[in-house]
Formats: sequence, C-alpha cells, structure tokens
Amino acid sequence: MWDYIKLLVLAVIMVAAGYVANNARDLAYMVSAIEVVLVALVAFIVIMRGMGEVKAEPETGYMDGIIRVGAILTMFWGIVGFTVGVWIAFELAFPELNFSRALDGYLNFGRIRPLHTSAVIFAFGGTGLLTTSFYVVQRTTGARLFGGGLAHFVFWGYQLFILLAATGYVLGATQSKEYAEPEWYVDLWLTIVWVAYLIVFMGTLMKRKEPHIYVANWFYLSFIVTIAMLHIVNNLALPVSIFGAKSVQLFSGVQDAMTQWWYGHNAVGFFLTAGFLGMMYYFVPKQAERPVFSYKLSIIHFWALIFLYIWAGPHHLHYTALPDWASTLGMVMSVILWMPSWGGMINGLMTLSGAWDKLRTDPVIRMMVVSVGFYGMSTFEGPMMSIRAVNSLSHYTDWTIGHVHSGALGWNGMITFGALYFLVPRLWGRKELYSLKLVSWHFWLATIGIVLYAASMWVTGIMEGLMWREVDAQGFLVNSFADTVAAKHPMLVVRGIGGLLYLTGASIMAYNLWMTVKRVPAKADTPATVAAE
Amino acid sequence: MEDMYSFLRTLADSWVALGLFAFFLGTVIWAFRPGSTEAYADTVNIPFRHEDKPAGEGDIPAATLKEGRTNG
Repeated sequence: MWDYIKLLVLAVIMVAAGYVANNARDLAYMVSAIEVVLVALVAFIVIMRGMGEVKAEPETGYMDGIIRVGAILTMFWGIVGFTVGVWIAFELAFPELNFSRALDGYLNFGRIRPLHTSAVIFAFGGTGLLTTSFYVVQRTTGARLFGGGLAHFVFWGYQLFILLAATGYVLGATQSKEYAEPEWYVDLWLTIVWVAYLIVFMGTLMKRKEPHIYVANWFYLSFIVTIAMLHIVNNLALPVSIFGAKSVQLFSGVQDAMTQWWYGHNAVGFFLTAGFLGMMYYFVPKQAERPVFSYKLSIIHFWALIFLYIWAGPHHLHYTALPDWASTLGMVMSVILWMPSWGGMINGLMTLSGAWDKLRTDPVIRMMVVSVGFYGMSTFEGPMMSIRAVNSLSHYTDWTIGHVHSGALGWNGMITFGALYFLVPRLWGRKELYSLKLVSWHFWLATIGIVLYAASMWVTGIMEGLMWREVDAQGFLVNSFADTVAAKHPMLVVRGIGGLLYLTGASIMAYNLWMTVKRVPAKADTPATVAAE
Repeated sequence: MEDMYSFLRTLADSWVALGLFAFFLGTVIWAFRPGSTEAYADTVNIPFRHEDKPAGEGDIPAATLKEGRTNG
C-alpha cells in the first residue's frame, strides 16, 4: 500500500516537473526541472522493482547499506572538489586556463569558484557528515536507524540538492550569497531533506538503548538544528516567477550583509566545526582504542562552543556600514571562542595519552592527530584575524584564503580521511586496509600540500596587504593593483602545487580504499558473513 | 514598532544575556556535579560497546565491559 502511494507521488512529481520544464523562463530552471523528472523516474523504477520482495520483519542489525554508498560518494565528491580547486588555483596563476574565448566564459574563475566551494563543503563535507552521523548515531545508541527508508530519502535527496546546485551555478542560477548560492527552489528542497534528516537523527536518539546520549551525537545534533535555522533565515527570498530561477532577497543593505555573515560564519561554526567535532569525538577514541581524555571537558567544550560561535559573524564586516558596536561584539566573541576551541583540541590530542607510540605505527591515527592540530592552529589564527587592526591588513587578501584552507584541508579533510580509513574495512567486513604504506604516502603528500598552500598564502596575503596600503611622502599610493597581481605570481604557483599534492594524496586514498574492498580477505567473524536467523 | 525594537533590544542586552550566561555557568557546574566522575567513567566507554550489532541482539552486555577501558 505504502509503495503504491510512493509511486503515485513520484508520478505526479514527474508530470509536474515536466510541465515546469516546458514553461521554464530560463535555461538553468529548465535543466533543473528535467533533472527532477529523471531522478523521480529512477526512484519510480527502483521502488517498482522492489515491490514484490518480502522484507524481514522486524529488520535487525544496523542500517549500513546507505552508509557504504555514503563512504563511496564522500570519496568521489572529494576528488571532484579537489580537482576543481586545483584547476581554479592554476587559473589564478595562469589566466589563459580560463579559455574565455573558446568556452564563452563557462570555465571562468568566477563561475566555477562556487562550484569548488560547494563541492568541497557541501558535497564532500556534507556527504561525509551524513554518512558518519548515520554510522555514529547507531553505534553510540545501540539502535538501528529510525524511520526505515527515510534515511535513504535523506541521503539521495541531499545528492539531488548537490546536483541541482551544481548545474545551477554552471548555467548562471545563483543568488550571489557566498556559501548560500543556490536559488530559492533548491533551498526549498534542501529544507525538506533537512527536516527528514532531523527526524531520522532524533528518532534514533529517542529509541536509544544507551541511557546517556554520547557527546558526538550532541555535536551532530547541534549541527543539524543550527544549519536548519541559518539556512531558512539567510535564504528568505521571493521568487520572481514560479517558472524561473531568479528570486529577490527580503533583506537589503547592511541587514542583508549581517544576515549573510551571521549565516556564513556559523556555517563554518556548525557545519565545518560542530559536525566534524562529532567525527572527532567518535573516530579518534575508536582508532586510538582509548576513551576520550575528559568527558567533563567535552561537555564544557560543547556548550561553550555553541554559546560563543553564534556571535562571531560580524567580524566579517569590519570597516563597513555595520555599526561599530556590532563588529566589536563579533571580534570580542571570536577571541573568547579561542578558549573552547583549544579545550576541544586538547581533549582530542590528549585522548592519545598513554598511547603516543601509535603515532609511529599507525598512519591513520597520525592523520587524525594532524587534523586536530590544524583545528587548533586555524582556531588560533581565526580569532587573531578577527581583531580589527589585524583585519585591516588581512581582509581581501590571500591570507584569508590560506586561513580557510588550513582549516578545510587540514582539519575537515584530514579528519574525514581518517574516518573513511576507519570505516571502509568495517563496513565491507575486511580484515584491514589494503596498504598502510599508501596511507603513509597519502598522509605526507596531504600534509606537505597543506604546508605549501598555507605558507604561500601567508606570504602573498601579507605582501599584498602591505602593498595596498603603502603610501609615499606625499600620501599617494605607491602600487597599482596590477603591481600586486604581478608580485603574487610565484606564490600562486606554489599554492597550485600544494593543491596538486593534496589531490594526489586523495587519489592514492581512493585507490587504497578500492583495493581494500576488492582484494583484502573478509574478516572471519563479521556481521556480513554471519547468516541471519 | 519602534518601541517594540527598543523593548526587545533592552531585553536582549539585560535579562536575556544574563539568563544565557547563567545557563552556560549551569552547564559547567552540572559537568562537575558530585558523582559525575563515576557516571562519566561509564559514559565515556559508549563507543566501545555496540560496534557490530544493536543492543540486545546478542552482543556483550555493557556491564561486563565497564572496567575494560580507562584513560590517564
């Protein structure tokens, strides 16, 4: 019965989306509608083919199928996002790579930069967060995922969000808000998916067998709830037509700027920090085979982090129309935020106390430790850059880009790699990883890549900041903008090479994980090989 | 509307700020409440209990693992 309703809904969606595609006012909207028709068609076929099967009632064991798909897609989106990143890094060093004339601007930096940021943050990071949160919440509650097929809807719905956002950027549908580029129809779809995500996560917590909710779940839950709030408020917009991609923002002027950076910085705080701290609090103890250093510290870490992060946004708007009191508030809160961040870092690192020798033998734990180290480094650098005097030098320069990437490549990337190295052998019931030597190669390539990236961006960022403000005895500016661009060239090349090393490391990882599933013999006693009663 | 703004602004600057700060201090005090050390010694081992199967599907009962892992 339930399956018939699903088929009916999907059929209605196909017809409606087909109608919309036929009446679309612009190309991006038409392509999106066609994508919806095709995705609904695939879902229709999958559901129809599964209708005859008799399912075991009640279903036992953990729901791991969707997590396996998630591990594969996290790796896939990582490679895609890093590749686009390396390409646009070299576009900045060698503008010929834009191929503007031949490709009519479709490959210009400005058009594919949001493709890179969204691919790494929302596709790679977001899929990684969905995947690990489904794994962690089941293991730490001792309960199967709530809601049956709803987890599949969440997962594939999120992939559809990525697809719609990406094709929209390429075809010019963007509302021009950094990290919130998708237009109104994509935002609405993500809202639906996110509510379903909250239901799956909360439902699993509610039927937990462990009386206590483990701290990793607190971090994941704050990530889900806060992102829902940020997403809705920052995307308040009125579509010009329901048959077109264009929409008009409800806020304007300084209110719009403040809302955008309230959103933007809390996307860093709750997507890239709280969510990934959920990973840290589960995977670091598991890989080290030791419980977290201090559970009390983890509770204080959690509450201090969520109480402070939400205020930090205005530091993006120093020296603008924003009132001084607001940007001072953002700056002060950012500096205070340093404390809980380092509390969390210490908690992660000290989890290894008494097991430091593992750093020598286990490249996966090495990766996680470096990741937590970069978390500490970028959460020191960030508060420093939020101070108004420092910001007057660093803002609009490549220093900001370097800071973001030491956080994103170092902290988010490395902890996700560590989590995937942990997950893949377990999810496929393999004895061990295919090659620890390749993990070591990945580790060193990625680490050296990040160092090249961050160091070159410090040099070029501070250099261009100083060049922009340099005045002669009469008070005239000494350098033209083009002078700074020319002076930056060597550093931009080094940055591109750093990115290339990072991408190479990730490709080695993809090969290693593939061979783990293909070649490594199954573990003797795993749920995959034990016959179900 | 102007009065509404002034009212909310004053409220946010005073009682709400104080309330949020008190809540935060409360969480810190809560973490250090008497008996929390013993309670967390059990809680902290949650990740090591139900690796392969949900609770109650033939895994090792949590009680037997309690003394298993400590840190420090």
